[in-house]
Amino acid sequence: MKSDLDSKIPNGPLKEKWDHYKNGIKLVNPANKRKHTVLVVGTGLAGGSAAATLAELGYKVKSFCIQDSPRRAHSIAAQGGINAAKNYPNDGDTVWRLFYDTVKGGDYRSREANVHRLAQISNEIIDQCVAQGVPFAREYGGLLDNRSFGGAQVSRTFYARGQTGQQLLLGAYQSMSRQIGLGNIEMFARQEMLDLVLVDGKARGIITRNLVTGEIERHFGDAVLLCTGGYGNVYYLSTNAKNSNVTAAWRCHKRGAAFANPCFTQIHPTCIPVSGDYQSKLTLMSESLRNDGRVWVPKKQGDNRKPKDIPEDERDYYLERRYPSFGNLVPRDVASRNAKLACDDGKGVGETKLAVYLDFAEAIARLGQDAIAARYGNLFEMYERITGENPYETPMRIYPAVHYTMGGLWVDYELQSNVPGLFVLGEANFSDHGANRLGASALMQGLADGYFVIPYTLGNYLASNDLKKVDGTHEAFSKAEKDATDRLEKLLSIKGTKTVTEYHRELGRIMWDYVGMSRTEEGLQTAIKEIAALREDFWKNVLVPGENSTMNKNLEFAGRLADFLELGELMARDALEREESCGGHFREEYQSEEGEAMRNDDLFTYVAAWAYSENGHTLIKEPLEYESVKLTTRSYK
Amino acid sequence: MADSMNIKLKVWRQAGPNVQGRFETYTVPDANPHMSFLELLDVLNEQLIKSGSTPVEFDHDCREGICGSCGVVVDGVAHGPQRRTACCQLHMRHYKDGDTIVVEPWRAEAFPIVKDLVVDRSAFDRIIAAGGYVSINAGSAQDANNLPIAKTAADLAMDFAACIGCGACVAACPNASASLFTAAKISHLAMLPQGMPERKMRVTAMVNQMAEEGFGDCSNHAECEAVCPKGISISTIATMRREYMKAMLG
Repeated sequence: MKSDLDSKIPNGPLKEKWDHYKNGIKLVNPANKRKHTVLVVGTGLAGGSAAATLAELGYKVKSFCIQDSPRRAHSIAAQGGINAAKNYPNDGDTVWRLFYDTVKGGDYRSREANVHRLAQISNEIIDQCVAQGVPFAREYGGLLDNRSFGGAQVSRTFYARGQTGQQLLLGAYQSMSRQIGLGNIEMFARQEMLDLVLVDGKARGIITRNLVTGEIERHFGDAVLLCTGGYGNVYYLSTNAKNSNVTAAWRCHKRGAAFANPCFTQIHPTCIPVSGDYQSKLTLMSESLRNDGRVWVPKKQGDNRKPKDIPEDERDYYLERRYPSFGNLVPRDVASRNAKLACDDGKGVGETKLAVYLDFAEAIARLGQDAIAARYGNLFEMYERITGENPYETPMRIYPAVHYTMGGLWVDYELQSNVPGLFVLGEANFSDHGANRLGASALMQGLADGYFVIPYTLGNYLASNDLKKVDGTHEAFSKAEKDATDRLEKLLSIKGTKTVTEYHRELGRIMWDYVGMSRTEEGLQTAIKEIAALREDFWKNVLVPGENSTMNKNLEFAGRLADFLELGELMARDALEREESCGGHFREEYQSEEGEAMRNDDLFTYVAAWAYSENGHTLIKEPLEYESVKLTTRSYK
Repeated sequence: MADSMNIKLKVWRQAGPNVQGRFETYTVPDANPHMSFLELLDVLNEQLIKSGSTPVEFDHDCREGICGSCGVVVDGVAHGPQRRTACCQLHMRHYKDGDTIVVEPWRAEAFPIVKDLVVDRSAFDRIIAAGGYVSINAGSAQDANNLPIAKTAADLAMDFAACIGCGACVAACPNASASLFTAAKISHLAMLPQGMPERKMRVTAMVNQMAEEGFGDCSNHAECEAVCPKGISISTIATMRREYMKAMLG
């Protein structure tokens, strides 16, 4: 394994780098593609699009997902939209502007070259999805409609009602299904990756558990694509699906793949607030609501009047007041932090006082209820189902919740980790969003990686490396299988007194309190100690019911929690190390008098990549060089 | 609203696909009107684990009504009493203290039981793989706005494309037909100019696959529409039949 990290950014001017790269790579000839087997783990936007595209090209693909069908990956829950620099509205958008907004939105902690490529590819994604039959919203003239999202002053977001993620994922799933029907993809549903297998230092296979029978399986090939999503569930309560987890990525990390910027977590500003201790997850209300909804709290602390009884001049529309040019459409990190400040200041609303209002009264008066229903009807229904309140009549109550993780496995420009042959796509990698992701950019990145980046970079790897034939009988597979089995048996044998959920809630509390929206040196040190103690207790006292030889969701969750208990500590260490505030990472010690985040570009303009060894973690810094963009203080005022 | 509710649950327990199942009765003494139905099952499972019993297995993931993982029959109705609502979005405020709730898996020959409330819905994936797509390789698409589509057609396509593949339609149908699921995809694609060249092949292949999987045929009971969490209309089934006839006739 290389200890220094080479980002492999191509030479040449920013705008020409991707073309330069494509012109210079080695290709796999069509007849040879079928000789290569590629293992794709995860079937969300990144994994689904990658599996389909590689199969279309002629590779043999084996695809894996933990759900009962590839169509259920958590990308399906993305609501608001997908960005592209089409400039159909003629409102001044360009590839450069999308690139610039994304780098700025990420608070200058992402790689210029990667982000520029993403912006360049964005338009092709829309073309591809429309050609698949994705029913994007349209104008009466039959052309595609756009809406606005946070952190941008143009309308560049394409959407399919409040179900954009669902429709894009079904597009990828259908393309995958076509290849499954043609026999080019072999699909393994209800299979969880438990380890990565390296042969001669290269990723050559994975160990999986069949989640129905408990059997451990060995799968081998010429490369492994990890498309397993983010790790927001380390906080227990998040908008992630219950099965979303870090295990596949963490197992790769422990086999040598560096983990980059683990502390960069996105707390989404508009979620339905927590209502009780039994709460199992949080539900997002799309950022698109901020197009028409106005965020406010009462000016007076502890004001218990109903929202309709609070007159206009006693309300504080704090985002509009503090950020007049972006108003309610400031980026997510800014909106979240301001909601927290309002609640910390005693102005929170609702029973728990941990909520702010998102009010549609003005938009309904201006556009009529029908227009609002057409835009957000399904979101309003969802809100009413969960809270029992009608948002057409009373403002929504919202509060920030963990939503997305910008950190992830370190990858170079080719999306390859520092383990040769291990590629990481989508939310699972760290690459494009810096310290804060803009809305509608996750879908863009997942599909860019899968449809339009990996087909080039994977081919270059396969054509440049002479990979000897390997199958599941290799001793590396036996060893990895034994490690996985021992771990499962250990979890089942402890038979302690506390359930997996109890431990997970406890970890979530520590993470939210100390490694959440606002972080301090003291709090992070407390978190490190408390997580270590909790992890030790977990391995002595966890109670995992049932057996290994059958479907056993508690056993699955126990294994995932064991990894979260290690990751959580690394997140706190990373947050401690980064003595600045940037994007979603807010250290209270580093803020302006007005409470705005203060970056320290002299010391921290780098990617913090953590390497694992048996002796613990070491930090490797990949310096970020900005050739085209001038680093400035983000201002949305 | 009362803060705490005592709820009795009669839950179908079945250790595996080829084992005899049975109802077991449990009591959750501290349910709460704000919790979702799946959170009630979570609370039950924590109780069971603590008492040394095996928890009830049920599929769930996003808990936002969009992934289609969850789905159980609640008091005889697929996804329970609230219309257009997957059971993850069903909240306990619709029940009262002392209620008994009966919980069963989807029951259909084409959806064999895996364990407890979990069934195997892979037949749905095979129906899509038979033809539920537009054949377009990545990289070969034209500019998206070169293909104008009337807003009304695009909106209808979206109505049909909203299917989450949960399988409630099959569970509710007296014939255990997958017609609503299959027809939703056929209707979504039939509304659009993309994929027209394979229109006839699509409907034939998908309908044949549905039959091959052991799903019954549609006899217009409309139970599927009544339980569909996305409110997909049975007019899609009429569209599917029309498409099928057209494909057969030429």
